[in-house]
Amino acid sequence: MTEEIIIAGFGGQGVLSMGKILAYSGIMQDQEVSWMPAYGPEMRGGTANVTVIISDERINSPVLNAYDTAIILNQQSMNKFEETVKPGGVLLYDPNGISKHPTRTDINIYQVEAAAEAARLKVGKSFNMVVLGAYLKIKPIVEHENVIKGLKKSLPERYHHLIPMNETAISSGEKIVKQTQKA
Amino acid sequence: MKGNEAMAEAAIRCGADGYFGYPITPQSEVLEYFMAEEPWNRTGMVVLQAESEIAAINMIYGGASTGKKVLTSSSSPGISLKQEGLSYLAGAELPCVVINVVRGGPGLGDIQPAQSDYFQSVKGGGHGDYKLFVIAPSSVQESADFVKKAFDIAFKYRIPALILSDGAIGQMMEKVELFEQEERLTDEQVIEKYGSWATTGKTADRERNIITSLDLIPERLEDHNKQLQAKYKKIEENEIMFEEIHCDDADHIIVAYGTSARICQKTVQLAREKGIKLGLMRPITLWPFPKKKIAEYGDTKKGIPTPDEVLTAFEKHFM
Repeated sequence: MTEEIIIAGFGGQGVLSMGKILAYSGIMQDQEVSWMPAYGPEMRGGTANVTVIISDERINSPVLNAYDTAIILNQQSMNKFEETVKPGGVLLYDPNGISKHPTRTDINIYQVEAAAEAARLKVGKSFNMVVLGAYLKIKPIVEHENVIKGLKKSLPERYHHLIPMNETAISSGEKIVKQTQKA
Repeated sequence: MKGNEAMAEAAIRCGADGYFGYPITPQSEVLEYFMAEEPWNRTGMVVLQAESEIAAINMIYGGASTGKKVLTSSSSPGISLKQEGLSYLAGAELPCVVINVVRGGPGLGDIQPAQSDYFQSVKGGGHGDYKLFVIAPSSVQESADFVKKAFDIAFKYRIPALILSDGAIGQMMEKVELFEQEERLTDEQVIEKYGSWATTGKTADRERNIITSLDLIPERLEDHNKQLQAKYKKIEENEIMFEEIHCDDADHIIVAYGTSARICQKTVQLAREKGIKLGLMRPITLWPFPKKKIAEYGDTKKGIPTPDEVLTAFEKHFM
C-alpha cells in the first residue's frame, strides 16, 4: 500500500500540522512516511501545502506531480491541484470559500463543510481535524488509535488536554463528509 | 524529524563540543533545534549564534585548533561567505564538519532546494589547491548518520568535511533511527589523541604546536602541498561511497545524488514497470567521486542520462 497525498490551503488552517499528524499516525503502525512541506514564502502568509506519503515500502521520491488524494482548502489550491489528482483518485474539499468547484469527471470528489462544522462545535482550531476525519472516512489508511497516538506525538504536552476536542472534531468530520461525484 | 533537526541531534549524540552558526533559510532549523534542545545541559556542548557566517567559520578554526569536535552549518550564500575560512582550515589541516543545506543560486537565488553548489563543494571552494571530504545524504536517516561519518573522516585525515544536503532533505520529515549518545572527549582524552598537533597546552617534552596556513618559505610550502595531495590521494583510494540500484542488468544508468537520486529512484521504478531496464547509481561521497565505477559502465551500458537539477555542473564533471 502506498498513499500519496497533497494537502493544500491557507497558512494558519493547520495544513502542515494535519499532514504531520497523518505522518506520525503512519509511523505508529510501522509504515514508512515522508512529509515534505512547501516552506519559505508560503510559510510567511498565503498558500501552504504539504506532500505526505505513507507506504509499506521504502519511499523513493518525496516530491510528486500526481497524487492519490488531494485535500483542498482554498480556491488557489483548487486551481493548482485539481489537475494533479490521478484518474480514479480522490479530491476532498471544503466548499467554504470555493467559487469554482472542481469539474473533473474521472475522479472521486467529496465535500466536507469543515469550517462550518468547526464553528458549530465551537472548536475553530480543530478545523483541520474535521477535515482529517473526513479523509479517514474515505480512506481509512491509519487506524483510529494510531491517529490518537500520532496526535499525542505531534502536539506538545501542554496541549494534550485538547486531544478529546480533536477526537470530537475527527468523528464529526467522519459523519458529515459526502460524496458529490463518483469516478 | 526534519533532516535539519536530525543533523543537529546527531551532532549532539556523536559528542560534538561546539556548534557555531548563523541562521539562513532553508537551514535555520539546525540552530533552532540546538537552542530548543539545550545541549549544554545534556552533554556540555557549546552552541553559539555568531554575528555572521564569517565569524562562525573562524570560531570553527579556533575550536578545531584545540582538537575539539566542532561544526557549523549554513545555506549556499552563507557557505560562500565561509570559503576563506574553509581554505584556511584546509591549509592548517584542521578537522571540522560544515553543513550546506543548498538553495538556489547564483547570488541570493531563492530558497528552494538545489544542487548548484556541486562544483564549489567538490573543487574545494576557496583559494588554493585543496579538497573537502564531501558527503551527500539522500534521506533524513542519512542526514543523521553522515554527521558521525563526516566527523570520523575529518579527524582520521585532519580535513574539513562537508555535508551537502539541500532544501528538500533539510525540510522534509521521515522516520529516523538515531544512534546512542556518545560521550564527549575529556580534555585529557583530547590531549592524548590530538596532542601531537592540537594547541592543547605545551608540555616540557615537546615543541610548540603551531596552527597556521602561512608558510613564507617556498620549499616548505611546496612540501606541505605535496603532503596534502598525498593525503587526498589516500582518501580517494579508501573512502569512496556509492549505492547502486538495479544496475546489474540495466541498459541505461542514471547518475544522481541527494534529492535528485530519490526522484530518479521513482523514475527507475516507473521505467521498470514498463519493462525498460533502467538503473540508478548514487554517488554518496561527491569527493572522492566514484569515477572509476562510472567509467566501468562505459564498457557495458548503453548510456548515462543525468538529471538536470545540477545543469552543467554535475554532467560535465565526469562525462
